[in-house]
Amino acid sequence: MRLLINKIVLALSTLSAVVGLAFLGWILITLVAKGITSFHFELFLKDLVDGGLRNLIIGQFIMAGIASLIGIPLGMVAGIYIREYGRGKYAEFIRDLSDIMMSAPSIVIGAFVYAVIVIPTGGTSGFAGAIALAIMMIPIIINTTDSMLSLVPKELREAGIALGASKYKVIFDIVIKAAKVGIMTGVLLSFARIIGETAPLLFTSETSNYFSLNLTESFPSLTVSIYDLANEPEKASRDLAWAASFILTVIVLVINLTGRYITRNKHK
Amino acid sequence: MLEKLFQKISLLSASLVLVILVGIFTTLFLAAKPAIDEYGFNFVTEKAWDKEVPLVQDTTTQNIDNIAVGSAEDLADDDTVIDDEDDVISDEDDADDDTILMDDEDEESTATKTIYGGLVPVVGTLLTTLIALIFAVPIAMGIAIFLSEIAPKNISNVVGIAIELLAAIPSIIFGMWGLYYFAPIVSDLFGGYQVSLLTAGLVLGVMILPFMAAITRDSMNTTPNVLKESAYAMGATKFEVIKDVIFPYSKVGIIGSIILALGRALGETMAVAFLIGSIFSLPQKITDPTISIPVALANNFGEASGLGESALFYLALILFIISFAIISFAKFYFLKRVKK
Repeated sequence: MRLLINKIVLALSTLSAVVGLAFLGWILITLVAKGITSFHFELFLKDLVDGGLRNLIIGQFIMAGIASLIGIPLGMVAGIYIREYGRGKYAEFIRDLSDIMMSAPSIVIGAFVYAVIVIPTGGTSGFAGAIALAIMMIPIIINTTDSMLSLVPKELREAGIALGASKYKVIFDIVIKAAKVGIMTGVLLSFARIIGETAPLLFTSETSNYFSLNLTESFPSLTVSIYDLANEPEKASRDLAWAASFILTVIVLVINLTGRYITRNKHK
Repeated sequence: MLEKLFQKISLLSASLVLVILVGIFTTLFLAAKPAIDEYGFNFVTEKAWDKEVPLVQDTTTQNIDNIAVGSAEDLADDDTVIDDEDDVISDEDDADDDTILMDDEDEESTATKTIYGGLVPVVGTLLTTLIALIFAVPIAMGIAIFLSEIAPKNISNVVGIAIELLAAIPSIIFGMWGLYYFAPIVSDLFGGYQVSLLTAGLVLGVMILPFMAAITRDSMNTTPNVLKESAYAMGATKFEVIKDVIFPYSKVGIIGSIILALGRALGETMAVAFLIGSIFSLPQKITDPTISIPVALANNFGEASGLGESALFYLALILFIISFAIISFAKFYFLKRVKK
């Protein structure tokens, strides 16, 4: 009897694993099949207004890039504070808050940016979109910096201080160097996370059919355009949405795998 | 000198987290203030959204209108038909005139107001999340058990990485897949519309599946091998080890991971936006279309203004508070204990 129950339970959990993986495989296969049939290299050369995706991909990267320029330094320095300088309750409190902020609904961050930037400046802009993404990025960077610094052995810090180095010298020349690879991975993973975001961009940057480098007006966004295209009745638009999703997924996965590859090499 | 400066800078950037969170809360509150003043807590019990109702629903204003219009009419009557014998008839005429005049006034001076209520999106959000959890929790547990206990090491590694990568796929892709491939099958099986509470909930479940499976597996893996081995040595079957050793040991972490996934499902916009139907009506059946808070925000923000926009901010505030409460509960109650 015990053995029978055991067999049933193991079979059930294997079955549910198969079901779960089948769903996820189904999504991937659909994405690849639909994506590849609608994919041309010309998509990279034309803008959305001519049926291509060039402006959208560049726009998405520009916004995510600006978000990184803001979010990475702030997040890293804040992470350093929590792990190296912070004493007691306040650092602990900030760490918890940042974890909570990491799971805050992204659409709410969009609404916040809409209220503080889009309404006062009179319209959607690439800058507002970048700020929304930066707000999403900061807690992720804080989290990785904090946990990577915690892996650096205390002895390294003590050795540095014993040699007469000041604390920030120890942090920059010893601790950060030791944690460099881990932090790099965290940065890449967080970049991969924000580049696929749609919700915070919907009413902050919106999207644009034309190529634009002007951050003060509506800015082309790959994800927002996927949402618009996928809801259109014509098949051509939907095919374009699938091709765009395929490209987006490839970008996200490549960045993700690069991040993982770096850490794995380090452990060898 | 530099030392002090850097310390100050790092303290400032750490405090930025606090500033942003407080900023989000106050901004949403201020932006929602007109709607909060107008509706108070009744907002979450009101079904109607963007519905024009005559202002005269309010009894006091109705009375004032009546009196004003009535007296004007009386005066006119007095002037023209003094000493009319058919008092009764003229009175009736009076009453008729009254109502007609009132109606006219309503249309001309737009004496209607638009009411906004949050009941439908709040219910939609909670129900989709509930469906997603009912669907995803057992499967995620199965995957986690499979990965940590059943599968051979190399399979478990490969599948584990695949699941983590799937967790990184942008949610908008789950939404598109759901709308064009999954929803037709579900509506064939269960009837009803392709866009409905059920399909939205299920797709949301598929989306949180990898995330939940990955953290559940991680917390199951924290069980020390010594404990498992001693149970096996006592002759326990694999199921008994899972039930009596691994689950009790990693229970707190597993519950924490479910709550984190719940927080994610509550705030998810894109996977739901394609499938929920975006209609402000309370679902009677599980296969009816409705709307959730994030989707209401996503679809209406650009166009709304005035009280409508304020009501949307009120919804955003409600969502923020709900998810903040759930995540901090998970954080302080469950995940803290894992660390210790």
